[in-house]
Amino acid sequence: MEPNLQADLAVILPEIVLALFAMAALIGAVYTKKDALAPVLVWLTAAVMAVLAVYVGAVESGTHMAFGGIFIDDDFSRFAKFTILIAAAVVLIMSQEYMSKHGLLRFEYPVLICLAAVGMMVMVSAGDLMTLYMGLELQSLALYVVAALRRDSIKSTEAGLKYFVLGALSSGLLLFGASLVYGYSGTTLFSGIIQTTQDGVSIGMLFGVVLVISGLAFKVSAVPFHMWTPDVYEGSPTPVTAFFATAPKMAAMALFARVLYDAFGGAVGDWQQVLVLLSVASMLLGSIAAIGQTDIKRLMAYSSIAHMGYALMGLAAGTEAGVEAMLVYLAIYVTMNVGAFAFILSLERDGQPVTDIKAMGGMGARDPAKAMAMLILLFSMGGVPPMLGFFAKFAVFTAAIESGLYWLTVIAAISSVIGLFYYLRLVYIMYFGEEAEELDHRTQPVLWGFLMVSAAAMVLGVFNMFGVDTAAAAAAATLVH
Amino acid sequence: MELIILFAPLIGSLICGFGWRVIGEKAGMVIATGLLFLAALLSWIVFLSFDGTTQIITIMRFIESGSLSTDWAIRLDRLTAIMLIVVTTVSSLVHLYSWGYMADDPQFPDVKYKARFFSYLSFFTFAMLALVTSDNLVQMFFGWEGVGVASYLLIGFYYKKQSAGAAAMKAFVVNRVGDFGFALGIFALFFLSDSIDFSVIFADMPTIAETRLHFLWTDWNAAEVCALLLFIGAMGKSAQLFLHTWLPDAMEGPTPVSALIHAATMVTAGVFLVCRMSPLYEFAPDVKLFIAVLGGTTAFFAATIGLVQNDIKRVIAYSTCSQLGYMFAAAGSGVYSVAMFHLLTHAFFKALLFLCAGSVITAMHHEQDMRNYGALRKKVPFTFWAMMFGTLAITGVGIPFTDIGFAGYQSKDAIIESTWGAGNMYAFWMTVIAAALTAFYSWRLVFMTFYGKPRGDRHAHDHAHESPLNMLIPLGVLSLGAIFSGMIFLNSFFGHTDQVAKFMGIPVAEASAVAGGDHAAADTGHGETDSHATAEAGHGEAAEGDHGAGHMVFAGTPGEGAIYIAPDNHALERAHEIPWLLKLSPTIAMLLGLAMAYLFYIVNPKLPVRLAQSQPAIYQFLLNKWYFDEIYNVIFVKPVLLLGKLFWKRGDGSVINGFLNWLAMGVVPFFTRLAGRAQSGYIFTYAFWMVLGLAFLFTWMSLSGGAH
Repeated sequence: MEPNLQADLAVILPEIVLALFAMAALIGAVYTKKDALAPVLVWLTAAVMAVLAVYVGAVESGTHMAFGGIFIDDDFSRFAKFTILIAAAVVLIMSQEYMSKHGLLRFEYPVLICLAAVGMMVMVSAGDLMTLYMGLELQSLALYVVAALRRDSIKSTEAGLKYFVLGALSSGLLLFGASLVYGYSGTTLFSGIIQTTQDGVSIGMLFGVVLVISGLAFKVSAVPFHMWTPDVYEGSPTPVTAFFATAPKMAAMALFARVLYDAFGGAVGDWQQVLVLLSVASMLLGSIAAIGQTDIKRLMAYSSIAHMGYALMGLAAGTEAGVEAMLVYLAIYVTMNVGAFAFILSLERDGQPVTDIKAMGGMGARDPAKAMAMLILLFSMGGVPPMLGFFAKFAVFTAAIESGLYWLTVIAAISSVIGLFYYLRLVYIMYFGEEAEELDHRTQPVLWGFLMVSAAAMVLGVFNMFGVDTAAAAAAATLVH
Repeated sequence: MELIILFAPLIGSLICGFGWRVIGEKAGMVIATGLLFLAALLSWIVFLSFDGTTQIITIMRFIESGSLSTDWAIRLDRLTAIMLIVVTTVSSLVHLYSWGYMADDPQFPDVKYKARFFSYLSFFTFAMLALVTSDNLVQMFFGWEGVGVASYLLIGFYYKKQSAGAAAMKAFVVNRVGDFGFALGIFALFFLSDSIDFSVIFADMPTIAETRLHFLWTDWNAAEVCALLLFIGAMGKSAQLFLHTWLPDAMEGPTPVSALIHAATMVTAGVFLVCRMSPLYEFAPDVKLFIAVLGGTTAFFAATIGLVQNDIKRVIAYSTCSQLGYMFAAAGSGVYSVAMFHLLTHAFFKALLFLCAGSVITAMHHEQDMRNYGALRKKVPFTFWAMMFGTLAITGVGIPFTDIGFAGYQSKDAIIESTWGAGNMYAFWMTVIAAALTAFYSWRLVFMTFYGKPRGDRHAHDHAHESPLNMLIPLGVLSLGAIFSGMIFLNSFFGHTDQVAKFMGIPVAEASAVAGGDHAAADTGHGETDSHATAEAGHGEAAEGDHGAGHMVFAGTPGEGAIYIAPDNHALERAHEIPWLLKLSPTIAMLLGLAMAYLFYIVNPKLPVRLAQSQPAIYQFLLNKWYFDEIYNVIFVKPVLLLGKLFWKRGDGSVINGFLNWLAMGVVPFFTRLAGRAQSGYIFTYAFWMVLGLAFLFTWMSLSGGAH
């Protein structure tokens, strides 16, 4: 194939635009009013992301390869990119006031989020182990920094540092795996690797696969590579936590699916076992460990671990239906978390953020609308019908059953029952719990809005998913042949 | 018109039950009562203008599922017409009566309860009408369960009283046993004829009678099995022996309810079922015999208990049970028309007796023990006379060898003669003895209540007063029924074959002409038109030659006319040939009972006490109702409770709860703590876990043979 630079560039246009914007914003802010410009920059970044999301979601179509196949733009990547961009934009908007109030709104913040988003977009479009790693590191390095954004807080810096060190370890694992794969297949291109794994996988290649999976499992915080999650979630500023819980999860899961199907699609039986183990461990640990938490951010960390377990279940099914279920699950998960974090961000007492779950006591009576919205979200996360979260779980369960993974499904059902406990405990505290000291009554309109929209989506989505399901189906179809 | 009859009570019930908060309690009651009277009026019009031909009035598609498809329809034939007047007449009178009886109730000092009561009553009436008008078994079952629910609600109307709640539950549970049989019967008939419509099933009967059905451990005749299963349902609803225990307890409900549901209408549903299914029972001779024997036994057994009860309502309740036994004795003898006859007359005089009892109870400030009554004749004269008529009717007073007498005289004697006609001497003697017992306990009730000296609370006696007009009018109307209904309808129900056939809309034929030909029709079912032709001829002959009646036999095919009587069933004709001494026996028995009662309670009131003391065993046996409740308690209730307790305490409590608690409060928190401890906060721990996990994955993959 004749290299055609212009066509290649057209394919990666959204990434280029976003990257150029990030650099321009950086330079622009440095040479003008620096942090004073940050609020404007936040909104501007969000706007650019939204525009790109629309471009990615509505304008582009078809499957395009760029740079000799190392970059793939197809339905699957666009589904992920759209979700990532929207999630990133929403989190940025939600964080603006919180960050300003606590003196954290530096102009680097939107720029870093922007770069992370670029990394994620590259990740989900990766068609080569090199692209994969490049996207992954771009994302990770940006995230390390935002985790430690609150420089004067020990917890925040500790979180950043932990994340960085363990992230480095996982990158090492990933790279080691990648080199093993390269060694046994002689290529880093996914399309090349899949050809060599067509008829069986050698042990060296298998170790390579396991190592790559481990590296990616770290990014989706699957057990046992999850240990960083609670600490980072707790230590980071809450808007950053919200970001961690949404866009990167989508990106990492999409990358996971991309690698497994595009590169190792011939060895489903081999990696399926690994994914089942990761899935079971994540679901159980996420559900069980969350019971002991009193800090809502830590609790959300375990919640996301459990949710990743369910999403991995869809992936472990190894079928098109499984991938579709996983994508729908993630889209719903991201929506739920946006709402939940809007709620958490609004928890303040005398202007100071509160994260103790006991602080929500009596909220059902004091702020019924907010409490009701949170109740819907918690029910949805717990998988109680008729909320949308139930249907998300139902889809992955069905996919697993159809692939014959009965035991996995049984364990998933048990763990979702256990998990329900801590979701319902939050509801209990809000409605029947001991009256806590009054929280600030004012909720920022932005947060209130996102909370309500997210809760409404959990109810309305049951009737109409606004095209998410059809898009996911199309995405899954392009990925799984 | 039939639609209005059926749905007027339902509408009344809904408006009264749900709308009284809007329109007021009184308006609700007026609407419910008014609609019921309308239904009663229309029912009489339907009954009087009915010409004997069966009509099917389709209302809507009811069920459409697989091969099961049926309409919601009204089957209007003579049986239905009779039930319509019985149900709506008694129900409307009871509605009216309740205005007075339920006027103020000490049970509900500050709760509005009247609308609820009227709503239940009307709902019951609707369900009962649905039952009697049904065109298929499932629709009937709907009504059957509907009356069950209404009965449950009304027995437990005084929900604050624990005994009322228990009685309601008992009625419901005991009826479950019967309903189980009924439901199985429906399934069996559907299985056999692939339909639940009466017309289809009846037409199929000759075939079904030839079929063998495997049930439980062996093969049975299909008709016998179905007949028995349906009869078990009838036993439950009609409180026959073994399933009778709920009826006396049902007296916990308000007295109008006892009159309407537990005397006049609902409890007769079983009798109605057997008569309605007469084509089935005619093909099940063994079950017929069983029904007659059980009916006779119940008539006797319940009457013996009635002898010694002291609660006025309980005496009448056992009397009801006994009279239902009579009806089954007739139905089992194959003379369904007589069973319906007694059903009709009994509805009048038993409702009358109950309403009189209610009137006495109101007069005596809710005192129900007859030992505390006495000498009320002057205090409540109107009630006294109504009660008198009721008693004369139930004991069967009449002039022997004529047709003149109170309602019970004709119908009860007809039953006793029918049992003789069917050749069932056991049922015959049982019912005769029961007649004597009936006379004794009925007169005992009258004597204890209205004669003698005032006993019990002096205050209550001093303030005893006659009931208001809205309670007395129903008594008057029912008295008319108790006096005249027997004489009016005697020939229609218990006349000669041609008279009964005309009334019921069944074709007849001359005995000699049909003897051969009709058998063929019944066996093969080929000659539908043939037999119809002969039937027409029979009709004509019956009209001109008045008393060729002895030679007439029923000649319809199953399902033709309101009831079916097989050509070889001559019980009705033979009943008229009873020897004069035996014909006199019920009257003799009645006089005997009256004399004994007079001796015991007027001449020498010390006698009963002395007799009870000298024969303590018999007295206790009867007083404790043959120890049925105690025996059931030991055989069924205790073991079930024990089993329930086992499942509850051991099964649910220890095993299920214990396991879940152990899991939720022991195991899960343990792992939660473990996970918490693993989360040490040190980077090296985290890295260690990652490496450990990786090592595990490697090991797993190598050992599980994923690689080649």
